[in-house]
Amino acid sequence: MAPSAPDSPDGVAAGLAGVGYLPDEGLATAVFLAVTLQRPLLLEGEAGVGKTEVAKALSRWTGGELLRLQCYEGIDLAQAAYEWDYSRQLLHLRAAEARGDDLAAAEDELYAERFLVRRPLLLALAGGDPPPVLLIDEVDRADDEFEAFLLEFLSDYAVTIPELGTVRAPVPPLVVLTSNRTRDVHDALKRRCLYHWVEHPDFEREVAIVRLRAPQVVESLARQVAAVVEAMRGLELYKPPGVAETIDWATALAALGRTELDERVMTATLGTVLKYREDAERVRATGHAGLISAALARGA
Amino acid sequence: MSPAPVATDGQSGRTPLVDPQRLAVGFASILRRAGLAVPVGSLALFVDSLDAVGLEDRDRVYWAGRAALIHRPEDAGLYDRAFDQFWTGAPPPRSVLPHVAPVVLEVPAEDAAPPEGVAPDGDGDLEVVRYSPVEILRHKDFAAYTQSDFDEAHRLLHRLRLAAPGQRSRRLEPAPGRRSGQPDLRRTVRRALRTGGEAIELSRRAPGRRLRRLVLLCDVSGSMEPYSRALLRFAHAATLARGRVEVFALGTRLTRLSRHLRSRDPDAALAGAAGAVPDWSGGTRLGEGLREFNDEWGVRGLARGGVVVILSDGWDRGAPDALAEQMARLHRVAHQVVWVNPLKAAPGYAPLARGMAAALPWVDDFVEGHSLAALEALADVIAGPPHRPSRRAAGGQLA
Repeated sequence: MAPSAPDSPDGVAAGLAGVGYLPDEGLATAVFLAVTLQRPLLLEGEAGVGKTEVAKALSRWTGGELLRLQCYEGIDLAQAAYEWDYSRQLLHLRAAEARGDDLAAAEDELYAERFLVRRPLLLALAGGDPPPVLLIDEVDRADDEFEAFLLEFLSDYAVTIPELGTVRAPVPPLVVLTSNRTRDVHDALKRRCLYHWVEHPDFEREVAIVRLRAPQVVESLARQVAAVVEAMRGLELYKPPGVAETIDWATALAALGRTELDERVMTATLGTVLKYREDAERVRATGHAGLISAALARGA
Repeated sequence: MSPAPVATDGQSGRTPLVDPQRLAVGFASILRRAGLAVPVGSLALFVDSLDAVGLEDRDRVYWAGRAALIHRPEDAGLYDRAFDQFWTGAPPPRSVLPHVAPVVLEVPAEDAAPPEGVAPDGDGDLEVVRYSPVEILRHKDFAAYTQSDFDEAHRLLHRLRLAAPGQRSRRLEPAPGRRSGQPDLRRTVRRALRTGGEAIELSRRAPGRRLRRLVLLCDVSGSMEPYSRALLRFAHAATLARGRVEVFALGTRLTRLSRHLRSRDPDAALAGAAGAVPDWSGGTRLGEGLREFNDEWGVRGLARGGVVVILSDGWDRGAPDALAEQMARLHRVAHQVVWVNPLKAAPGYAPLARGMAAALPWVDDFVEGHSLAALEALADVIAGPPHRPSRRAAGGQLA
């Protein structure tokens, strides 16, 4: 089921659902456009709403290899695009010298492809059928200098290596960038991308996601967990739980052999959902019992 | 291209536009009128997107437009209104810019030692060399400023030296002549070529230094009115003088001003900033505003390792506990927290305002900000080596 050309956003939604990801209509449309127009897709949203998962699901669906570039402060070309294999280069020079070869010729050989170490960005330009899926994760953690480099990469799908020339992709890769918005990504970069703000899923979709990702969780428990998490998101917490936490929580409860949520087990497992002491306090002040009874009513 | 009907109700009497290109351009112009920047590149992308999804399904068109034209979640509301207007013929959205109350500064009567050499009004051809009483101005309270004082002060503000403590960068730079640092093999190989393939010297790379981020949070409530304009000018000067500056207005809600203040033209920058703040001279809920800052920006990364400067008199109508809680959160992530309080200069001032008292344990430097000289001192605090006698103590209380 190679989605060489999904014919509509619905086709994308169905395809991704087939590999365990349930996008809403907005996301499906954005992915459809990214595939059809061969544009990079920039996903922003709260932590844990499933941004990174989109790229993984795309890779599973298209069958293209997933190449992941995790950004961090100080990341540079050597880690992101390519590097020369310096120790081999030095050895090569020494060997040439020992043999008494012409050093000028040895120099020319030094920057041949066989001494090139390819990193994710360059690998993504190798093409292939299906083309690879390149995930540039948490691009907001990289610094401005790296963003400037990404501009060339994202607009031309090309990397220029001074010693070799420009490497251009025969088939552009599918590129997904994610950002947690710890800072604004530069406008120039955003303009090259399709943009989608990923929201927390609505109740029914979240239940479906839990059921899909954690099939061992029974329906009633999934509904209760999703309902409590939804209520928690309205409590002005420091870190409202994302879908990832919902799945973790449901999985934890299932591992404990529960099919129903009750006050005791909720207190015991709250750490899978809330990651700040203050948040746990706030939820406790709201009352676990109240949350659960509301969830039971909602889940029914 | 099939002549698909456009998703208007057809009752507005408008001829339906069926060419996606014309349609996209029309929609973009509405967005632009509503205040959204639509670069030509995004517009072209929108046209391609419409080609890809077709025009039949209103929802698809909606999401295609969002993906192509919107780059920030804040713009979604504006987009929704414009979309409704364009596609359903709904009444045009009312001006989205909130009414801006002008900032008026009290100009005192010409009493306390008027500056010498004031040009006589109405006598244009009399050439008067204006004596610039810089020293007087430097120590004059902003609350007593005249318009011409402000013009002069702004010129002076531009000269402020606004360095900031350097932060070890994670980015490695060539470090010639260094004996420490990571080996820079790329450079070593290059140099080996010069010496006939023999690597004689090992080149190295070491982390460079870079500016810490400076975050300014300006209180724009009524009680700060005499000072907020000067402080905004300070913020603008800081934005131009160094990179990595973020500015927010704290009122009844939080407004991000960084983008507006990046304009080189000071008047345009301040007008833009003033237009962006919906609640000039209203009340303050410092705790609430700080919470929003921490949640949306600060704790996520903007304030991490940065110098955070709060410009406020500490009058807070919210609960002091809430403010203390947020200050503690901020202090935990920031490198240095500076509180600038223009009232501190008043003789006999004690930080008794409830908000101020609650916040103080989490403030590294507590400085005045009522005059140019005080702002120069502030610039030094920002630039100077951080000293923080209170940090250990505060950390202890926290636990």
